[in-house]
Amino acid sequence: MSLGQHRKAPAWHAVAEYLIGGLAITAIAAIVLIFGFVAREAIPLLWETQEEIRFVDLVWPRQWPGYEEPVYVWQPIGKIPKYNLVPLFVGTLKVTILSMLISAPLGLACAIYLAHYAGSRTREIVKPVIELLAGIPSVVLGFFGLVLVASVVHDTFGFIYRLNGLVAALVLSITVIPVVFTICEDALRSVPRALHEGAIALGARTHEVVFRVSLPAALPGIAAAMVLGLGRAIGETMVVLMASGNAAVVDLFDWSTSVRTVTATIAAELGEVPRGEPHWRVLFLLGAILFLITYGLNALAAWSVRRLSAHLGGRS
Amino acid sequence: MVLLAQRWAEKFMDRNPEISVQVSGGGSGTGLTALIDGTTDIATASRSIAPKESERIVATYGGEPHETPVAIDAVALYVHRDNPVPALGLPQTKEVFRGRVLDWSALGVPLGHIVLYSRENNSGTYTFFKETVLENEDFAAEAQTLPGTAAVINAVSRDLAAIGYGGIGFASGARIVPIALEDGTAISPNAETARNGTYPLARPLFLYTAGPIDETAQRYVDFALSAEGQTLVEDLGYFPLPIEGPIAGGRG
Repeated sequence: MSLGQHRKAPAWHAVAEYLIGGLAITAIAAIVLIFGFVAREAIPLLWETQEEIRFVDLVWPRQWPGYEEPVYVWQPIGKIPKYNLVPLFVGTLKVTILSMLISAPLGLACAIYLAHYAGSRTREIVKPVIELLAGIPSVVLGFFGLVLVASVVHDTFGFIYRLNGLVAALVLSITVIPVVFTICEDALRSVPRALHEGAIALGARTHEVVFRVSLPAALPGIAAAMVLGLGRAIGETMVVLMASGNAAVVDLFDWSTSVRTVTATIAAELGEVPRGEPHWRVLFLLGAILFLITYGLNALAAWSVRRLSAHLGGRS
Repeated sequence: MVLLAQRWAEKFMDRNPEISVQVSGGGSGTGLTALIDGTTDIATASRSIAPKESERIVATYGGEPHETPVAIDAVALYVHRDNPVPALGLPQTKEVFRGRVLDWSALGVPLGHIVLYSRENNSGTYTFFKETVLENEDFAAEAQTLPGTAAVINAVSRDLAAIGYGGIGFASGARIVPIALEDGTAISPNAETARNGTYPLARPLFLYTAGPIDETAQRYVDFALSAEGQTLVEDLGYFPLPIEGPIAGGRG
């Protein structure tokens, strides 16, 4: 009679379940609490410092004393502190766009090559090497950019500024390429073999398999790779701090000038600001905005993956 | 001046092995903030404490911060070693760093577009330069900010069209431009001109403590003022205090 009885799970299973669940909740709580903390430091800006910072000055040009025309200025230290956020976001945008233009095609092309053209031995060597790039400390890359890449770019293009948006974007690409590459490659390789083999059986050449079968099927993963690479580029701090020259200029489509990114500004300035000062609050505001952007990008990646895979799943 | 503080700390610990001194850098603002937050005992600063910082010290410790001048530093203008510009007046320098004078030809040397190097805004040198040379006007947006005087000199020494500024303690690899006074005499920064005030960009360096000073911190301050401490000041290229200065009060 004991044979047919359902065996009860031992009591420690329940304990382990709670424990693991608790860990998962801790991770979520950490994110919520971090954002809460960052936002809490920034929010008092709304009512606390109206005499010192007018809200409109954060985003709109203003003709300060000593200037001939309304300008976007980020000069938080001085007699009249000026906290215009526009130059910083322009800097972040410039560096991010260019580094994505460099690393997205390169990362994707590498992934396609390794997934479809390279032999397994090449793949075994090249894949870990590219992924190793992700492990280089960004301060080392920054130094590399500051000393070597800057000189090469200077000798090649002869820009006025030795440290500029192009140098920063080039070095930043080194950190973004492994992210894009790894996820693209995984996405391409997880396309069901049956699809490949079917296409080959129908007489498709390799490039036809790549463009007509693999890429469309792997599109959700590739989109996710791009978005995560973008997040990496926006969030990277040390490389841009060291290689960009950090001048807060507003030249949207001129990569030959120096740029100052949001992350570099926070890193360079937060250490020196007394707690609770307007400058401190503005830096936390920058942090909160950065957080929302990266969170938004991750949500977008998740959404696009879900949508695209549903779309493709429905079609096949 | 983090290098100086470090040298002092090393020598000081040699003499007093029972005491351990940790030095961390980041700029005068960083040090004074740490003093306000109570995370350091002594803050080194290349500028006087700001009224706001002073208020916060009073609020936290119930007493004024204690200031000790320990050395004299001169802020120098650096250009590439092949830049022949003879001397620059302060008004000219102001126009250059404000971005009003954009080309070296306006200063008499045909080197093209001027490239500005400045310091990060947590640096005491930045504040000093902004107050003294720019008279509280803003730096040109194009001025690149670098994290230390050594970085400024390094950048200037690689760039023919560059001009930067920084403490004189690090001078090597670039050329120091004398400053032209209103009567036309060009003054180079040296011990004499810095101490007697004829060089317009000289400034004292300070150690700050707050609240009831503990005995160990006082010994470090005294050591900085001692003959040995002042020799280290000279070794690093700063200028020691004049002999008749507060050095007489030191116990070291």
